[in-house]
Amino acid sequence: MNTRTHYDVAIIGAGMSGLAAGIRLAHFGKRVCIFERHNVAGGLNSFYSIDGRKFDVGLHAMTNFVRPGVKGTPLTKLLRQLRIDRDELALCEQKQSRIAFGPRGETSLRFTNDFAVLTAEVAEKFPMQIDGFRRLVAIMRAYDDVSLDAQPESARAVVRSHLTDPLLEEMLFCPVMYYGSASEHDMEFGQFVIMFKALFLEGFSRPFEGVRLVIRVLLEKYRAAGGERRMKCGVQRIITEAERATALVLDDGTEVTADHVISSIGAPETEILVQLGRGANSAADKPPANVGQLSFVETITVLNGQPANFGWGGDTIIFFNDSPHFHYERCTGQVDTRSGVICFPNNFDFGPKRSLSEGIFRVTCLADYAHWANLSEDHYRADKLRWFTAVQRSARRFLPAVDDAALAAATLTTDMFTPRTITKFTGHFGGAIYGSPIKHRQGRTALSNLYLCGTDQGFLGIVGAMLSGISMANYHILQKG
Amino acid sequence: MTKDECKKLVLDIIADIAPDEDLSNVKPDVRLRDQLQLDSMDFLDIVMELRKRHSIEVPEKDYIQLASLDSCADYLTPKFDALAGKS
Repeated sequence: MNTRTHYDVAIIGAGMSGLAAGIRLAHFGKRVCIFERHNVAGGLNSFYSIDGRKFDVGLHAMTNFVRPGVKGTPLTKLLRQLRIDRDELALCEQKQSRIAFGPRGETSLRFTNDFAVLTAEVAEKFPMQIDGFRRLVAIMRAYDDVSLDAQPESARAVVRSHLTDPLLEEMLFCPVMYYGSASEHDMEFGQFVIMFKALFLEGFSRPFEGVRLVIRVLLEKYRAAGGERRMKCGVQRIITEAERATALVLDDGTEVTADHVISSIGAPETEILVQLGRGANSAADKPPANVGQLSFVETITVLNGQPANFGWGGDTIIFFNDSPHFHYERCTGQVDTRSGVICFPNNFDFGPKRSLSEGIFRVTCLADYAHWANLSEDHYRADKLRWFTAVQRSARRFLPAVDDAALAAATLTTDMFTPRTITKFTGHFGGAIYGSPIKHRQGRTALSNLYLCGTDQGFLGIVGAMLSGISMANYHILQKG
Repeated sequence: MTKDECKKLVLDIIADIAPDEDLSNVKPDVRLRDQLQLDSMDFLDIVMELRKRHSIEVPEKDYIQLASLDSCADYLTPKFDALAGKS
């Protein structure tokens, strides 16, 4: 039992960014404790068990894959900074992914971890655009995306200055936005570049065991470095004095003090903890500002065999959209099934003698939190069932046809998460997986010793989350000695 | 401490920070940045590992002294000797 009451640094949240910050700080001798409300680490990228079967959430794939020997990219930076040997993660590459637009995905762009494949697809499907595409890519390759003080500009505007075909523009924005945009319609160009590199110039991979292995490696590094953590022990409020955070009141009512506090739980969520510490009666006193509008549902279908049995063995991830226009926006109903992301975790190259024991077919679509938040339990269950069917049917338009009865016979179990699930387990307001549209690149807050890391700092994706924790620990604490 | 011993300690640190770099042929008179892929995050780690392992402080204005193995040795050896003399 950890009973210390003062730390050099207290970290709120044991997600990827909080763990990464903790590893850095503990490694360099800081007394650190991570406070996590849930009983499992990982935050938005985690797992749960039902009837002894483990389900991954969040992570479809680790982005930013580069092969051994490639240096200076986010993945290699994070491995160095966290002293992780890449063999510990044993990353397996994707087979192939595609972006499929049109009622049956008639226009498609395939891509792999070899960028030349996407370039060739653009040249073939959009021959008039290839020169502009190459210019755009050259600009992105040269862009300093880890700068903490870059000036914001519209990604749509920059992309349109090189590409004139709106269909190609939409097809490129679709995966980039699904994998990390907290803002509707458009993104800040720096964020677009980070995600474009992560998805296309680098690529997808995962450990055979999925997100659980990543979490295990991080927890082990953190423990070995001497970091402490308290699970099932959230932070209830932050006590302040003269624009400094002086203490944290934990869920069990005890108080701990810290010289520095790093919060990974999101900017509006952190602000509420400060308000509560200043005597606001409840979060309802002053509704949080800048809460993200974008949430998701995900259906998970567990199959008794490999997806390849249905002809679904070729694609790792499919980004689908049933018209030329991509609507990345808060949906007006419960779920927007026009577009989404399919993931087959089986379709990574795990080597000739290894495959996941069961087939997994995941589909993610945009959903609206307000339409899910206040349903009665009965309505909630009924709506989940109804939308499960609709989401799965929509996604199957973009896959080789399989008989309904055959799919039903092969299905061992199903599950589904909704915006409500996200808020329940991660504490993110509005079920906003990618957090607030307002990012705080330097991680500063109104309090001089309270910093943000993770989603609302603004390095996105799972690798971005870890780099965010690393950067904020370095910038605000370690560089200052 | 000899300058060669000092260089060895610096190389040990780099080996831990950047295990993916080949350190067998590092030229002592050439800037580390020019022969290894080390960025500002890595140099910060060299400074912090010096503090953690050897209690050596390198103020920010002196980071430039860590440019090559030779300059590291010139700069750090007296610091190691001063620490040894104190104990």
